[in-house]
Amino acid sequence: MIQDQQWLLSVGVFLPLVGVLIMLFIPKKDEATAKGVAIITAAATLAVGIYTLVQFDYDQSEKLQFFTTNHWIKPINATYTVGLDGISLPLYILSMIITLLVMIYSWDHVPNPGNAKAFFILMLVLQTGMAGTFAAQDLILFFVFFEVVLLPMYFMIGVWGGENRQYASLKFFLYTMFGSALMLVAFIALYINTGSVSFSIPYLIEHGSSIAKNTAIWIFAGMFIGFAVKVPMFPFHTWLPDAHTQAPTQGSVILAAILLKLGTYGFVRIALPILPQAAEKWAPAIGVLAVIGIIYGSLGCLAQTDMKRLIAFSSVAHMGFVMLGISTLTPLGINAALFGMVAHGLITGMLFFVAGSVKERYHTLEIKRLSGMLLQMPRMGWILGFCAMASLGLPGLAGFWGEFPAILASWSPSEILVANGHQTLFRVLTIIAALGTVLAAAYLLWLYQRTAFGEPTAEFAGAGHGHDDHGHGDHGHGDHGHGDDHGDDHHSDIHDVSTFEWIAWTPLLIAIVVFGVVPSLMFKVMDPAVQQLASVFGGK
Amino acid sequence: MLAEETEAAVHAAGWFLEHAWLIPVIPAVAFFLIIGFGKRLPRGGSEIGIASMVASLVIATGTAYQWIDLTRHTEHAHAVTKSWTWFKIGELDISIGSRIDGLSMMLLFLVAFISSLVQLYSTEYVRGDRRFTHFFAALTLFSAGMLTMVLAPNMVQLILGWEIMGLCSFMLIGHWWEERANSEAALKAFWTVRVGDMGLLVGTAMLLSIFGTLDITEINEKAAEFAGDHKLLMWSAVALFIACIGKSGQFPLHTWLPDAMAGPTPVSSLLHSSTMVVAGVFLVARLYPVFHTGLDINVAGNHFNLIAVIGGITILIAAALAFVQNDIKKVLAYSTVSQLGYMMMGLGVGAWVPAVFHIFTHAFFKCALFLSAGSIAHTGSHHSFDMKKDMGGLRKKMPITFGVWIVSTLALCGVPFFSGFFSKDEIIDSAHGNHYTVFYIIGLIGAFMTTAYMTRATYLTFFGEARGGAAHFVHGHDDHAHDDHAADAHVADAHGHDVHDDHGHAEPTHGKPLGFAPTDSPWQITVPLLILGVLAVVSGYINAAPFHLEYFHEWVHSSIGVEVPEAPVFEWINAVPSIVLVALGFIVSLALCKAVFGEKKNALQGLTQRSSILGAGHRFLVNKYYLDALYEKVIVRSIAHPISKAVYWTNQNVLDGIVNAVGKGGKRSGELVYKYLDQGLVDGAVNGSGATARGAGTALQPVQSGKVNLYGALLFGAAAVGALVLVLVNS
Repeated sequence: MIQDQQWLLSVGVFLPLVGVLIMLFIPKKDEATAKGVAIITAAATLAVGIYTLVQFDYDQSEKLQFFTTNHWIKPINATYTVGLDGISLPLYILSMIITLLVMIYSWDHVPNPGNAKAFFILMLVLQTGMAGTFAAQDLILFFVFFEVVLLPMYFMIGVWGGENRQYASLKFFLYTMFGSALMLVAFIALYINTGSVSFSIPYLIEHGSSIAKNTAIWIFAGMFIGFAVKVPMFPFHTWLPDAHTQAPTQGSVILAAILLKLGTYGFVRIALPILPQAAEKWAPAIGVLAVIGIIYGSLGCLAQTDMKRLIAFSSVAHMGFVMLGISTLTPLGINAALFGMVAHGLITGMLFFVAGSVKERYHTLEIKRLSGMLLQMPRMGWILGFCAMASLGLPGLAGFWGEFPAILASWSPSEILVANGHQTLFRVLTIIAALGTVLAAAYLLWLYQRTAFGEPTAEFAGAGHGHDDHGHGDHGHGDHGHGDDHGDDHHSDIHDVSTFEWIAWTPLLIAIVVFGVVPSLMFKVMDPAVQQLASVFGGK
Repeated sequence: MLAEETEAAVHAAGWFLEHAWLIPVIPAVAFFLIIGFGKRLPRGGSEIGIASMVASLVIATGTAYQWIDLTRHTEHAHAVTKSWTWFKIGELDISIGSRIDGLSMMLLFLVAFISSLVQLYSTEYVRGDRRFTHFFAALTLFSAGMLTMVLAPNMVQLILGWEIMGLCSFMLIGHWWEERANSEAALKAFWTVRVGDMGLLVGTAMLLSIFGTLDITEINEKAAEFAGDHKLLMWSAVALFIACIGKSGQFPLHTWLPDAMAGPTPVSSLLHSSTMVVAGVFLVARLYPVFHTGLDINVAGNHFNLIAVIGGITILIAAALAFVQNDIKKVLAYSTVSQLGYMMMGLGVGAWVPAVFHIFTHAFFKCALFLSAGSIAHTGSHHSFDMKKDMGGLRKKMPITFGVWIVSTLALCGVPFFSGFFSKDEIIDSAHGNHYTVFYIIGLIGAFMTTAYMTRATYLTFFGEARGGAAHFVHGHDDHAHDDHAADAHVADAHGHDVHDDHGHAEPTHGKPLGFAPTDSPWQITVPLLILGVLAVVSGYINAAPFHLEYFHEWVHSSIGVEVPEAPVFEWINAVPSIVLVALGFIVSLALCKAVFGEKKNALQGLTQRSSILGAGHRFLVNKYYLDALYEKVIVRSIAHPISKAVYWTNQNVLDGIVNAVGKGGKRSGELVYKYLDQGLVDGAVNGSGATARGAGTALQPVQSGKVNLYGALLFGAAAVGALVLVLVNS
């Protein structure tokens, strides 16, 4: 542990709350000021994040840095302990970047029913919760941040969501709460079984392996449910499509990019290192559920008629790859998983952005009604195609480095799993997971074919640009009889990517390419920490 | 890769061998330049594309020269590797860079050369296309991908290049995506290849587990002296071969390739005949020790192996399908599939050098054939590829195209002294010499069939009465008239290339033809044709066994990596069966063509309608053995519809049903608790939090949010109880 600049993480985590405090004094009507303050706060937070990135000692990325610990709740020995290592650093920074970009996007995309001030405040609170979860090195602190995230997202979906928002937000809240409750039980059990000394994660990593195996397996079960709901793993995923579909674009992006990672991060940060003896028993089950998730999620995608719901289901499949990587208990697999988390955040985040903008323009996400997007909005169409390619794991783009090493790793799982006789199982899983890459290509390109290729459907024809040089004058504006609810003027909504969208999206698009071409940018940071973690499992 | 070893090798090599990594980097950079600035340039980005390809070609030529120089001085030249660490996970060190040996040298040159010609050709062919710039960008990126794959020092870089090619293939087949048929062909190509790619991913994982490395040099060295679990190596060879089946259009995954002809003709000639589709053959040749050892090739008493069998089947089934095509590009597509079968079969019988040499010669004459077809469509047949409706009698008006076509056809058929003879006959000969009698016979039958279907295609295109679009061209006064005529009548044609290729020609501004052939296509088209036509003849002489020329063998044989049987000594007497069969194929086919398609009425015309057996056979071929029906109507449709629907139904009604039931149960018990048990305490919490919720959201029902907190409180209570129970049980 390196205890320099102990203030840094606390500033990074709580700075957004300072912004919230300021915003409370801004009148509700002055939306521009509220938005401005919020964006400045997020930018300042990201600046602190970048400073953290610069100050981080990459030669010792296996150690917790900027480490600080303080008394917090004395009766139960819960401490305020924060620190970052190579595993948490990428996610910590990612959360800051995503929040800022989402806010920029929100500048002219505040969803109904408006109230920008409240909306931006929620995003800032969310940011504190997310960054805090990744920085926390104490189970109670982790739990508190984990829960802090829940409430803003609940309101985001419940207030600014789609038609069925009540159901979706309630389901999201309760399902996650159910998982959290079991997770808390597991944390408390862990605390008691290690002599009720501390909730500090480094302490528990040191002493967790002394817990009797049977007890450890039960404790792991509690954590498993808590994290698996959040990931979400099959069969605990049913809250996700509803939450994603009903959430406003901003909610979907944050949900996909960061919130899902809280679960997988929990496995890597807490479950695996503290209870290796249980992890080794659970790994085959996790692997099987992960691969079921891959196939099941992909098939679910193929059945969708709604673009956003399709993207939501694809998260189930992609997070399956992440969990498969973790379940191998090898450095390669866990590295793949961590890379996959960031890549999925960037790519699926982008896909949700695009879906949101499509909805805004066409007032529908029904795949049947969309067609010829490349003709009406060539740039948007290209971005969608680019993201689809990235999402299906094209080498040279970020998504590949989450999938391919996971497949390599699952063919040769860790020695301890081989010793337990699970090699054949994992090899079968490898082949099925590889089938998942075919299905990914199937649902993504099929989506692309139906929405972007071809000519625009009659109800939207004649709008947008790029159509004139095509010479299909007969489509014209004469086809308005097609019974859409939005009247005639909605065609004017169909325009290509706007300025704020460009500002919000360009960093993500660049990151997808850069991490795809230079994967060592991330592997180098994560690998030492992962090696240290996986050494218990005899990894190589 | 050990640093010292690399340096030593490079030191002995030369500038080009050391800087071969520039060859793919130049077009890769060019791709971004075209995307970024292409539209603003006077020639729409095509100048960047051509310049980058020529630059690559120069370096590739230098590399080839220095490699050849190296082989002259060293008996068994080692690959020259130059690489940098790409990323590192623990001990797994994945590098990126270049690995030059005979095989990669040959393909680097080939790809850069053909890409340059095709890009020049395209400037005329897709002139005025509405996505002209994108077309050149994708073409350039494709070349970058292929070149990246060819000089890959390890499997990861190989996969990178492999998949980039897949992407470009998708973009280029679907270039005219407004039409459903095109986008469907693009998707089909991508998916089919992707099915094969499963094998690539899993096979690579297997290699890593067997050899502990993904470095190609190390894998080959270890596989050549393999003493471990043979079964595992066999399965990895099988898995990798599945990828080759997909990419190189081998049976049973060949069905995407003919559909890929929906793309513009330059794409067909570059990607789908001469370069990209040989990637699978290249992979087998590249990792030959893995396949050779894993599949027991050349083991005494072993007359069959997976590669030879698949290659052999592919030769025959594809050649048979070429007989029933009306679309000239589809004839060539099936011909390509069949020739790829020859290459695979060659590798399967241990004829490594002839198979690789066949990649080399085939690239020139097949590219020439496709470009000729494009030339005809561009100038002679009003953008139609239908031989029966819009061609015939074109030989006089298009002398260059005709000449190149004939020379390339002779090369393809394996007529002596043309390039194809020296490569294909060597494969057949080696099959005989290495005691693979069945494949020897298949090779001979294939030669017969090749000649026969090419004679048919040649007859229909260039001889006989000019029909449809060609009639207009041949008899018309204006060479490039674009007014309405019969060719437009079959817009609804199922294959419909005529319609698709029409996209490129919104404005009929054509370049200038060469002086001595004023009615032929413009020079941008005929010059590449002439170059390729010459090469279709002369390229064979760098490895012509009858004349004891073995240059090619000397340059590339060190890439084999494993002991293979010596090539049999060439004797003309051994070539007699194939020459006789080629002649026979020509005579029989010509006679049949004259009878069936000729003027005179006779018994052969309409025979397939009258004879039920022949009719059934014809239908079987026209329906492509019903494989497409099986894939598209049965497998894909069942996954896309009933299976995915069933899964989704389960999701909504079973899994979600449980969740909802639990939720409702929770709600009811919550109400009971609220009502009877603990009103005071919980009520307070509810009201408190409810007020907060009310403040935050106007649309939110306070009652609803109150319930959330109720559930939350309950769950926390339950959690506390659960924790206590767990502690009690375990202490």
